[in-house]
Amino acid sequence: MAKQHYIEDIEVGAEIGPLQKDPTTQQLVKYAGASGDFYQIHYDKDFALANKLPGVILHGALKNAFLGQLVTDFAGEHGWVRKLSVQYRGMDQPGSKVICRGKVIKKYSEHGHHMVDCEIWLENAKGEKTTPGSATVILPSRHSSAA
Amino acid sequence: MANKIVTEETRKQIGKTGEIRTYDVERGAIRRFAEAIGDANPLFNDEREARKTRFGGMIAPPTFCRSMGSPIPGIELPGMGKEFRGLDGGSDWEYFHPIRVGDRISVQTKLVDLRESEGRLGPMVFITMETTYTNQFGEVCVTQRSTAIRY
Repeated sequence: MAKQHYIEDIEVGAEIGPLQKDPTTQQLVKYAGASGDFYQIHYDKDFALANKLPGVILHGALKNAFLGQLVTDFAGEHGWVRKLSVQYRGMDQPGSKVICRGKVIKKYSEHGHHMVDCEIWLENAKGEKTTPGSATVILPSRHSSAA
Repeated sequence: MANKIVTEETRKQIGKTGEIRTYDVERGAIRRFAEAIGDANPLFNDEREARKTRFGGMIAPPTFCRSMGSPIPGIELPGMGKEFRGLDGGSDWEYFHPIRVGDRISVQTKLVDLRESEGRLGPMVFITMETTYTNQFGEVCVTQRSTAIRY
């Protein structure tokens, strides 16, 4: 299990991640199989080129899954990811690393839970944020049991 | 300027729902999904480790629901033919209860918004759907609001 974060240890501005991923065409095929998304722009280069794309591109939902991992790792076993939002602004291609990062922007209590709102994003090797998003995470307290 | 495609009449389709589809959540399917996205978290991979946690067993990672599709409600968009292309704009997820191995999840998609704006290449239509994932106890586990762009 990843290291557990507690609400008392997290301040506004705290960084989340980074989580680096190195997607390959093989991973895109695995993801197509596991998710059932068989749109050819994700594994058929000729089809992608004919559709005026630079080559096969990552599924938006795979980038969503990477950002999901970023926040479930942050929440840990005793936390809970309550909300997760992503917007696909730019394309990413296999064979080049992508990095998921985030930052805590608000810390508060709601319905007896300790919550943090986070800005999250996935950036390409040039540092361009191709997939911005946000998340709300419930964190446990050192002074009480589970979230 | 008046909308070309998303008229008052077209917007009357908001609220339409697609058919419900039901899935039995298998341990192997969760593991395969976790492996495909490269997430080694024991909660999504290791029943023995997951049993020791407060969840009492393996659960699905946040976007596992993408593997449980449901038919989208039929939407008529007069004036928007096959020459228009589609893009996935993004998703907004809310999580209320974990999805566990052995759950029976009912999935239904509803049209919640239709909008139009004028892009560089002509009209762009934003189709917003909300998909609800409900378990065998009638608890809504997850909702996903996603926007498809046609242009």
